[in-house]
Amino acid sequence: MDQPEASSAAPVRDPHINFAYLDERTKRMIRRAILKAVAIPGYQVPFGSREMPLPYGWGTGGIQVTASIIGPDDVLKVIDQGSDDTVNAVNIRRFFQRTTGVEVTTDTTAASIIQTRHRIPETPLQAGQILVYQVPVPEPMQHLEPREVETRKLHALQEYGLMHVNLFEDLAHYGHIATTYDYPVLVNGRYIMSPSPIPKFDNPKMHQNPALQLFGAGREKRIYAVPPFTDVESLGFEDHPFEVQHWDHPCEICGARDSFLDEVLTDDQGSRMFVCSDSDYCAKQQALHTPPNTLPPETV
Amino acid sequence: MHELTQPLLRVQNLHCAYGARAVVRDISLDLWPGEVLAIVGESGSGKTTLLNALAARHAPTSGTVAFAMRGSGLQDIYALSEAQARLLARTDWGFVHQHAADGLRMNVSAGANVAERLMALGQRHYGNLRAQAGDWLARVEIDPSRIDDRPDTFSGGMRQRLQIARNLITQPRLVFMDEPTSGLDVSVQARLLDMLRMLTRQMNLAAVIVTHDLAVARLLAQRMLVMQGGVAVETGLTDQVLDDPQHPYTQLLVSSVLPP
Repeated sequence: MDQPEASSAAPVRDPHINFAYLDERTKRMIRRAILKAVAIPGYQVPFGSREMPLPYGWGTGGIQVTASIIGPDDVLKVIDQGSDDTVNAVNIRRFFQRTTGVEVTTDTTAASIIQTRHRIPETPLQAGQILVYQVPVPEPMQHLEPREVETRKLHALQEYGLMHVNLFEDLAHYGHIATTYDYPVLVNGRYIMSPSPIPKFDNPKMHQNPALQLFGAGREKRIYAVPPFTDVESLGFEDHPFEVQHWDHPCEICGARDSFLDEVLTDDQGSRMFVCSDSDYCAKQQALHTPPNTLPPETV
Repeated sequence: MHELTQPLLRVQNLHCAYGARAVVRDISLDLWPGEVLAIVGESGSGKTTLLNALAARHAPTSGTVAFAMRGSGLQDIYALSEAQARLLARTDWGFVHQHAADGLRMNVSAGANVAERLMALGQRHYGNLRAQAGDWLARVEIDPSRIDDRPDTFSGGMRQRLQIARNLITQPRLVFMDEPTSGLDVSVQARLLDMLRMLTRQMNLAAVIVTHDLAVARLLAQRMLVMQGGVAVETGLTDQVLDDPQHPYTQLLVSSVLPP
């Protein structure tokens, strides 16, 4: 058997595999679920999730959604925690290169489909683009109500008091809402939805976004969607409204002050730096400005 | 006022059966606003099945249960839509379980447990919610400084009182209680009963209490219904039934209470 190509060389399309790995009938089944999800924003549509050549937790839901909507003319971008070059992103990109041969990119504006794990790109999305999320736990109330029969009933009857019990607990114990990721949202004034584990910093980007947002949960066998230009409201209390994170530092590589920053340890002496989690955005900012690399790294 | 001319709960010819086995047979009763009715009887006599049928938790085989809805008068509770029935169950009704763990969320704080119904009704001001929860904890004699503690750190009596606060915060008009004092020691029982008596008087709260303890019935209830084998063998004012029991089974029940 041939050895896999070196990682620097782009994998070529494997002609022995059907386009985008899944068979055509499976893709049609998933597309039907997607259409239903788009028609009922925020509603979790069950679908017949397939066994994929990656384990659950690696984005099998997102991969199946992408595989069902991708065509030969699409341009694909895959990110993991905002970055194009982390393990999950590299492997999913290679998977689609081998099974579809489509053009891939790291440029947010050039992509027609962006599959993401845990981030929304900093560069605003455009109409016509599709953002595909990988979702580990689609049910936002699972933590407080483990019975799925019951949570489905709560969604159907719009009984969402439980979600605020969760936030109430945060306030009681920490004095502020301590939920920082997977922060629940109300979609189109009707369904409460888990936005997948994106930081709450990204929640406002979902509101009235021109791009189509699709969510796939492979293990839990659920697909849901936020159509373009749909209201997405993060929950909160009147006296403790929803807030996003803020940083005292700019990105130490590109100097951006408006992006989500990762804290990176740089040695075992406790030195650390704050850098953009979105690698494409960071590179573009560096190209735009003279990098303020002269800032001394912060030492604590 | 229609409240004086119309009962709060009207039960007519209620039958409940599990398969071919009839558990509750031909029960009819009226419950008036502010009235406390005790259902007593031995284990297996159909008390809890009757209570569940009254509280829209178990559909009867035949017969009707009608509740005086706010604004629209007596309505068959089993003809309501599921959404209406669930709304009723968490606003105008309360249900106090025998085991507090069945009625509480054991993994969230006492304050969130008490305020949950208000949040379900759409209240979204944290300061107000917390103030009301603290107020209710004080009313059921729980130290308000324990508002952030989880109920699994509470004693049995405190859990039961917490469950009562959680149910009463929406000012319901009718509360169902299934053996609320069993499993508590006598001094805690006495305090709980005292508190319940005070709350039902203050709030003009009607209650249906299932108990096997005649002392509970005597302390709380104006009226009682004695069940045996699924049939109401005797009904009447509590004092009258306990002091002058007519039916042989009631006589046996009253005489089997040990004198203190």
